Amino acid sequence: MSEQAVRLERGSHYDLDNLATFIAWSGFIVVVLIFVWILGEILVNGISVISWEFLTESPGNAGRSGGILPILVSTGVIVFICLAFALPMGVATAVYLNEYTLKDSRFAKFINISIDVLAAIPSIIYGLFGFVFFNNVLGFGFSLLSGGLTLACMVLPFVIRASIDGLKAVPDAYRESSTALAMSKSASLFYVIIPSAMPGIIAGFLLGIGRALAETAALLFTSGYVDRMPSGVMDSGRALSIHVYDLAMNVSGGDANAYGSAFVLIVVLLVVNSMAIYIGNKIQRRQLR
Amino acid sequence: MKLGIVIKMLFATLVFSLVSGLSQAEDKKDRLVLTGSSTVAPLLSEIAKRYEKKHPGVRIDVQTGGSTRGVNDARNGMADIGMASRAPKDSERSLKFFTIARDGIAIILHKSNPVKSLSDDQIRKIYAGEITNWKDLPGGLDEKIIVVNKADGRSTLELFLKYYKLKSDQIKPHVVIGDNQQGIKTVSVNPHSIGYVSIGSAYYQVKQGIAPLKLLPMGNVVASMDTVARGKYPLSRPLNIVTKTQPQGLVKDFISFAMSGEVHDIIEEQYFVPINR
Amino acid sequence: MTLSKNSTSYPSIADSVLKWLLVAVGGLSIVIMMLITVFIFTESISAFKIIDIERFFFDERWNPTAGEFYMLPMLVGSLLLMAGSIAIAVPLAVLVAVFNNFYAPKVLSVACRRLVEILAGIPSVVYGLWGLVTLVPMIIMIQSPGTSLLAGIIVLAIMIFPTITILIDSAIRSLPKHYIEASVAIGLKRWSTIISVVLPALRKSIFAGSILGAARAIGETMAVLMVCGNVVQLPDSVFEPMRALTSNIALEMAYAMELHRSSLFVSALLLLCIVFVMMFGKEMILRDKNHV
Repeated sequence: MSEQAVRLERGSHYDLDNLATFIAWSGFIVVVLIFVWILGEILVNGISVISWEFLTESPGNAGRSGGILPILVSTGVIVFICLAFALPMGVATAVYLNEYTLKDSRFAKFINISIDVLAAIPSIIYGLFGFVFFNNVLGFGFSLLSGGLTLACMVLPFVIRASIDGLKAVPDAYRESSTALAMSKSASLFYVIIPSAMPGIIAGFLLGIGRALAETAALLFTSGYVDRMPSGVMDSGRALSIHVYDLAMNVSGGDANAYGSAFVLIVVLLVVNSMAIYIGNKIQRRQLR
Repeated sequence: MKLGIVIKMLFATLVFSLVSGLSQAEDKKDRLVLTGSSTVAPLLSEIAKRYEKKHPGVRIDVQTGGSTRGVNDARNGMADIGMASRAPKDSERSLKFFTIARDGIAIILHKSNPVKSLSDDQIRKIYAGEITNWKDLPGGLDEKIIVVNKADGRSTLELFLKYYKLKSDQIKPHVVIGDNQQGIKTVSVNPHSIGYVSIGSAYYQVKQGIAPLKLLPMGNVVASMDTVARGKYPLSRPLNIVTKTQPQGLVKDFISFAMSGEVHDIIEEQYFVPINR
Repeated sequence: MTLSKNSTSYPSIADSVLKWLLVAVGGLSIVIMMLITVFIFTESISAFKIIDIERFFFDERWNPTAGEFYMLPMLVGSLLLMAGSIAIAVPLAVLVAVFNNFYAPKVLSVACRRLVEILAGIPSVVYGLWGLVTLVPMIIMIQSPGTSLLAGIIVLAIMIFPTITILIDSAIRSLPKHYIEASVAIGLKRWSTIISVVLPALRKSIFAGSILGAARAIGETMAVLMVCGNVVQLPDSVFEPMRALTSNIALEMAYAMELHRSSLFVSALLLLCIVFVMMFGKEMILRDKNHV
């Protein structure tokens, strides 16, 4: 081995490192470009219709004029119902799988497979199912409740997975020390383990909101098409993504407001994301103090 | 600790809203449900809003989903009123149909296409795949024709097939579309395509200069709202609402409102043709 | 771990109530899965009573109102869309997740995560609209009609890549810190840490992410419907139009009755079968890996 060979090897080492840095950065740039391209289009086409009136009025003339207030409210209620079911259920399932059963138990395996299957079922199938099960069998009709519950079924597996990841990240030392302190299992869950698993749970929450806000196919047949202000959860209401679809694909001259609605949808998402992250950090810090 | 409170609050709100929602669902008699054609749904939504304004306390829910579904829902009681963008089929004669407006179907080309008109026979040959290049048509460029067709079962397709005496398995499409705007967008981005959509929506796009389209005349008749209104445009269809039995009470009142002159401005706003009785 | 899991030394009523509550909730996903499967089966059963199964694969064309049920092209189309979009999205997702954790300055990595989260939340309709208005005309410049398999693959790749990225990103973050510290301690460079320590540790997450992405790709409806052209045929090239199983349901369900309707539920059943095959396949593969 000559000295030169060693240096060469080291040299190539550095080159590869630089190359890898370059590739990683280009990946980031690709993302930014896609982001700018798609969002730019929405922004450019949507910003002109955004005004206070757009946010506070009801749609008129099949959505070509007026605003989107009732649609925002309906969307909010649907997402709320969805998460009110999916979040507790999801976290509970995750706690059960990660803290209570051994991975090899038959029941746990079966749950795991069903979670995978649920995560993979196409949303349009959820839509067909929700229409028959919630709208007809349970008799909720076209309603925000049907839509929210259908979405809850859809989002559940994602919340579970993310919460499990969060729970897995909790060091076993936490569990052991709470046992050592003679804490009951439930106390250690609520005061130590779940708070420490917050980042994962928040991630699940975000994924859930994201999917719920973006869903069109599953909602069209469950929460419906009615674009007026809902007066309760048994009322039919149009979700924002359906509004975008209808304006873009079904209403002649609805494009401007379609882009405007899409723009609002993305802003809402941004606000919710930031809020969730902020709250999550805060809770985590307080609990761990 | 805080998390627990948040969750409790979430549930309390939910239970409250559930209870209030359920209790409010009880007064069903002042509520109508309409389902059906995606072409008619935006129009009926607007008519329903005006009716609700005139009759406080009444709620009319308009859902979309396709003509066939509208007719079926009316038949089996899933909806009080169905919406269909076509005339009744033979198997549907027992139901009550009420025509509230008319619509035409226009053949559309990209604005840049030099072809000015097509005979019925030429259109039939294009859709049957016998003419595949624009150069075989008067004034056409040497470009492959992109045939845009509607999906199976849609009322627009059925009417188109009937008029041109085509069968759906004869057509060799390059693009299959669902709703009207998808057709308009597809033809707008494809300079060498041909498609057919609801006349009102295409007319609006051209008039407003939104989409680079042109509407071809049918035979010698210009494709416009006016020729549809005067009954001259050959490829037109009724926009119907459907009930299972002779309507009564609220249903009857709403239908006669939807057929009255009070809503003509709404019909025109949605680019359909009102019917003068 | 085992110690804490079996720690029943101080049982309380609250604990046992909680446990059974959790068992019940845990069973919920099984119940939902069963309900959906049973529902799709019962709806499509009447089609199987009348139509022989092989006709879905060997009929001449898809024209259910005229009694022809050639569904094979849609099955193949859906699988092609899935394979193509995964091939693009997974490498990009790995790259971005690695960038986030090892290359980006703190500010950028936060910004990048936020971007990806927003991209994951954009409704498929918007992607579809973008695809139809912006992407399709670009493809037309190469070859008409533009609405094609290629357009579908690109739009899907962009759609599923954020979800996969989020998964891989959180998997990297939950890697035990000592993995990376150890590798740095023995003097490995950044890229070799990533190649020889991080990526191998992530193998399972990347695989799981790809499966999840594949599932989203095969289940996507609205965007695919807008950009793929929806012609029922086996595409000869990526520039040819094709129809996916999901689009088939969305395009025709509202207009279908009787046999046509239940044949559309056969589309749904096929989708469900693909999902089951994928998930059980994943389970087997991961189990094998565990044994190695």
